[in-house]
Amino acid sequence: MRITAKKSGYSRVFVIAAASLATLLLLVILNISLGSIPVPVEETIKVLLGMDADETYRSILWKIRLPRMTAGILLGGALALAGYLLQTFFNNPIAGPYVLGISSGAKLAVACLLMAALGRHGGVGSAALIFAAFVGALFSMGFVLLVSRRVRRASMLIVAGVMVGYICSAITDFVITFADDSSIVNLHNWSRGSFSGASWEDVRIMAAVVLIASLIIFFMAKPLGAYQMGEEYAQNMGLNIKLFRASLVVLSSVLAACVTAFAGPVSFVGIAAPHLVKAFLKTAKPMIVIPLCFLGGAIFCLACDLMARVVFAPTEVSISSVTAVFGAPVVIAIMLGRRAAP
Amino acid sequence: MSAYYFQTKGLTVGYDGKPLVRDIEIGLRKGEILTLIGPNGCGKTTILKSIAKYLKSIYGAVYIGGESIDELSNKELSRKAAVVLPQKPRAEMMTCHDVVATGRYPYTGMLGILSAKDRAQVQSAMEQVGAWELRGWEFNRVSDGQRQRVLLARALCQQSQIIVLDEPTSFLDIRYKLELLFLLRRMAKERGVAVILSLHELDMAQKASDFVMCVKGEYIARYGAPEEIFKKECIHELFDLKSGSYNPFFGSLELERSRGAPQVFVIAGGGTGIAQYRRLQKEGIPFATGILHENDVDYQVACDLASVIISERSFEKISENTFQKALECIKGCHTVVNCLNGYGEMNMENRRLWETAGSRPRVKGG
Repeated sequence: MRITAKKSGYSRVFVIAAASLATLLLLVILNISLGSIPVPVEETIKVLLGMDADETYRSILWKIRLPRMTAGILLGGALALAGYLLQTFFNNPIAGPYVLGISSGAKLAVACLLMAALGRHGGVGSAALIFAAFVGALFSMGFVLLVSRRVRRASMLIVAGVMVGYICSAITDFVITFADDSSIVNLHNWSRGSFSGASWEDVRIMAAVVLIASLIIFFMAKPLGAYQMGEEYAQNMGLNIKLFRASLVVLSSVLAACVTAFAGPVSFVGIAAPHLVKAFLKTAKPMIVIPLCFLGGAIFCLACDLMARVVFAPTEVSISSVTAVFGAPVVIAIMLGRRAAP
Repeated sequence: MSAYYFQTKGLTVGYDGKPLVRDIEIGLRKGEILTLIGPNGCGKTTILKSIAKYLKSIYGAVYIGGESIDELSNKELSRKAAVVLPQKPRAEMMTCHDVVATGRYPYTGMLGILSAKDRAQVQSAMEQVGAWELRGWEFNRVSDGQRQRVLLARALCQQSQIIVLDEPTSFLDIRYKLELLFLLRRMAKERGVAVILSLHELDMAQKASDFVMCVKGEYIARYGAPEEIFKKECIHELFDLKSGSYNPFFGSLELERSRGAPQVFVIAGGGTGIAQYRRLQKEGIPFATGILHENDVDYQVACDLASVIISERSFEKISENTFQKALECIKGCHTVVNCLNGYGEMNMENRRLWETAGSRPRVKGG
């Protein structure tokens, strides 16, 4: 009895991993072939394999869709992992970079940097953007941490985060209002969240940041597992709690900052993806959950980006609107589920 | 210098540099159980937390196997001391096996993958506490008693020589309380583990521990073997018992006796009277009882509940003098209750008492 149960536990993980990979692959193909100018699948394959292909298709794919799609995968994965870390850190299933105001803090810092740089010649480098976003993220995180020290209630934490988010967004809007007319459009689009306009240069930098951070998180699977038992038990297992908590803060802020710097605030992925992954896997083992969280976040973001581009084509909806439509119900489901089984 | 495996020297514990309990001296060998008792908020948990290094002690030191815990790294300490905490661990979506396996944390490699040896340890720990059949269950869904056993298994497979448990029997019903303490005893003996725990149940503490420490006020009130600690005066003093009383033989408690001149005389003996005494106590009726031998079980309870006890020395026949005293006492009562069903050579005078009780309402009780 037990042995079959165990076996099915592992095969469940295997099946879900395989299904996730297949879905991701499907979404990759859809993402690069669908759009205002549809690219036939055979042309797509030709372009990807470097064979002789139509030049228009080639430039659409290489210059626009492939970098955007890659950015979607990386940033989606980053959001899901950031959410997973924050949920573990605060022991709260609806914690995430967006609801805790961390994305908004990063957004504010980036907007300020962009505004300051507007007068100067030449734009701002990606690295500087990420750094500014990181600083903004840490500020919001610091505030939320202060609140969490004072009030133990999980719901208050979320309220504090949402308030920080509103304040940061308000200041961002304020800053943007004073921008040059020509620069407003771009800034405005970005501040609402979008994967558009990603270049290969951007993708290279985000790949470096996201992949390194994700790898570190994967190797933190063991302490994360210990921490799931609660802080005091984790300490009794020999975990250095202060160092561990600090690294959770830094890593989740880096990931959220990276996403915000390139795509603006993207809502709810950080909550929905980890929750759905755990619900499907029926386990919370970090070793399994971490890679699948990344996959899940990537799938979620690719699907939402596809809808953002295609559903109201040629008009593009902000990515955050789409992720909210699919992510917010998950949050409600989590809260209802918690009420049912306290 | 000492054979103690676990020792504290001049340990002073408290929060934020403010001492709560001072000069704690504990010496414990492997296989021994030390229980901390005392009123709520006296510092039991603070002491346990300091021993497990959750709290920094203010003065003094804690030694495990001759080494001060301040000099041990987190990892080294985790191999020496395991804890069972009163709060429920989060353990979201973890099976009982997963929870127990976290005890192997100090032994596994970088990714925390369990080796065959680790799995064997987990299994043997779970089997020892009788929780192996729970291995596939979700931890958050098992009963309180099962949860404590699983957490004990977790502590066991951490292979520590010391296990610290903070009120492990809270929330447990009596069956699980008994099971858990029996397990602790057996484990201490079989595995040579030193156990330090806090308990609210005095009767359990008395029966399960090798040493008892009474925590109250700024200094440790008392420290010693259960037979030295569990005396009426010690316990009354420790908990400031103002109403009711503690019986050291049974570890049981009785409610406050009814004051005043006895209104009812209860003839009892051999355990027949206890229920009647408690009934009268609940009604608030002061009563006298007799004639009891001092080694009678009724005598123990009567001491806590009766206003007047007419007693005879153990193993002696009831003397005429005692009989007359009883008769005198009955004259002041309006009712006589007889709980006895039969009489023997030693208490034949009780029959006489019953028959000569006179015209008062006579109730055949029991």
